[in-house]
Amino acid sequence: MRGASLILLAALALLLACLAFLSLGARGDWGFVLMFRGTRLVALITVASAVALSTMVFQTLAANRILTPAIMGFDALFLLGQSGLVFILSGVGVAMLNPYLKFGLETGVMLVAALALFGALLRRGRGISRMILTGIVFGILFRSLTQLLNRLIAPSEFSVVQSASFAQFTAIPANLTWVAAGGTVLVSAWLIAQHRRLDVMALGREAAMSLGVRYDRQARQMLAAVALLVSVSTALVGPIVFFGLLVSALTHHLARSWRHALLLPLSALVACTVLVASQTLFERVLHLQTSVAVVIEGLGGLVFLAMILRRRKS
Amino acid sequence: MIETRALSVHLTGKPVLHDVSLSLPRGKLTALVGPNGAGKSTLLTALGRLIAPASGEILLDCVPLNTIPAPELALRLSILRQEGAVGPRLTVRDLVSFGRYPHSHGRLGVTDRAEVERAIDRLDLAAFSDRYLDTLSGGQKQRAQIAMVLAQQTDVILLDEPLNNLDLAHARRVMRIARQEAEAGRTVVVVLHDLTVAAAYADHLVALKAGRVAASGRPDQVVTEPVLSDLFDTEVTVAEVGGRRVVLTL
Repeated sequence: MRGASLILLAALALLLACLAFLSLGARGDWGFVLMFRGTRLVALITVASAVALSTMVFQTLAANRILTPAIMGFDALFLLGQSGLVFILSGVGVAMLNPYLKFGLETGVMLVAALALFGALLRRGRGISRMILTGIVFGILFRSLTQLLNRLIAPSEFSVVQSASFAQFTAIPANLTWVAAGGTVLVSAWLIAQHRRLDVMALGREAAMSLGVRYDRQARQMLAAVALLVSVSTALVGPIVFFGLLVSALTHHLARSWRHALLLPLSALVACTVLVASQTLFERVLHLQTSVAVVIEGLGGLVFLAMILRRRKS
Repeated sequence: MIETRALSVHLTGKPVLHDVSLSLPRGKLTALVGPNGAGKSTLLTALGRLIAPASGEILLDCVPLNTIPAPELALRLSILRQEGAVGPRLTVRDLVSFGRYPHSHGRLGVTDRAEVERAIDRLDLAAFSDRYLDTLSGGQKQRAQIAMVLAQQTDVILLDEPLNNLDLAHARRVMRIARQEAEAGRTVVVVLHDLTVAAAYADHLVALKAGRVAASGRPDQVVTEPVLSDLFDTEVTVAEVGGRRVVLTL
């Protein structure tokens, strides 16, 4: 079957990328190298899967392939929550917080805010231009509020939030990696188990309701899952706006199917392969430490423009 | 059987249906007729639990509709909507197979596949069952949507303007299928614009005007010159041709 062989191929590609990431240019004690790089590899795979699945599920709920959680301002919302916490608790308070508790608090703020803002939006507005506009306005609003909060807090406290507000794949907080990986595995497994229901929900709200799906409740649960996954990826590497779009476009191009049983796993594999392979290429072969995020964002941005322009032509 | 009691429905805050009390009997084909904007589609959408009523209730076999769990309701009631646009790129067979979701939850068994093929044959779709919907004409898409509703195999079938975009032969085919379903003991409710078709096929007519029931009864009671002229605020002639009532408006 086409789907199974696609998954197999993508898994193989990911395996090769991982081997290259772990072994290329390694010198000295293999035990240390593997442990150090292994943790980073887990973090990269976690982030990539979280971005991929949150994007695919969000696109099903929003019924279009141009919007992604990042474009709709989800990660800007997460950063706002982060700055808000520093503002309320002060930088010292946040820095002294147990990192797990801090992550938990940030995720909690994110969940509530995402459900309140985007739940209503998904139910009402199905017009794509209105959704894109709303997303951009939300994104600007969240970013400006974050900046405002950052100006209000003391410079020393600002340094606590600053490090979190740029995408970087090189310095990932190791202590969060394993918690984030565990959470991502759980949420992803739940989403993939819902693949048949997602197929029906892709038909639209009314069609899904006539087929016996409790659409509003399901959509809220899935939106919560999306918010969780975005929290994970933003907490680990910061905001990445166009990566999800790049992954979803690639996945749809490869899969040419509506079945989430294929789309969800394939998107995760594609995302992991792209991220791990480009990280290996830039870090180990080209020795450029920080440009991965820039390149991925650049490519994703081009895909976004191409999709919008193609839509206008048709 | 479906009943409504003092049903009022609002759309974006504006009242569309006022105090509608109806009984739609089992084993009969009921046609909803009336001028544009009378609330026919809104009534059908409310009966199909896609809009919650502002007040009043809807009873399915004497049980309030909103107390029946969604998965169970999908086994008992199906609805064809007017805007049939679907998001993903599906073939005709994919779409019709979704009609089996309430039964199979996505895992199609032998009976499910047989029902899908039967629905495809009944709507004369076999020749292009593997074609993508976006490559089909409006009438062909409409038939695929109707086939999906049939595949759901429910006791209550609600069809909102099923004859949209259909040619003569397929319009007749769809009305005959609706009759067969009613004669098999199902409750079939159809929104129709063509009063001649309604008079020929329906057992029971409900005429709506400005969100209220203006008339209801057998075709020979509703399809008459005074009732229709009043309903549409225009002169209507009803002629008998070959024992059937034909509505002339020009």
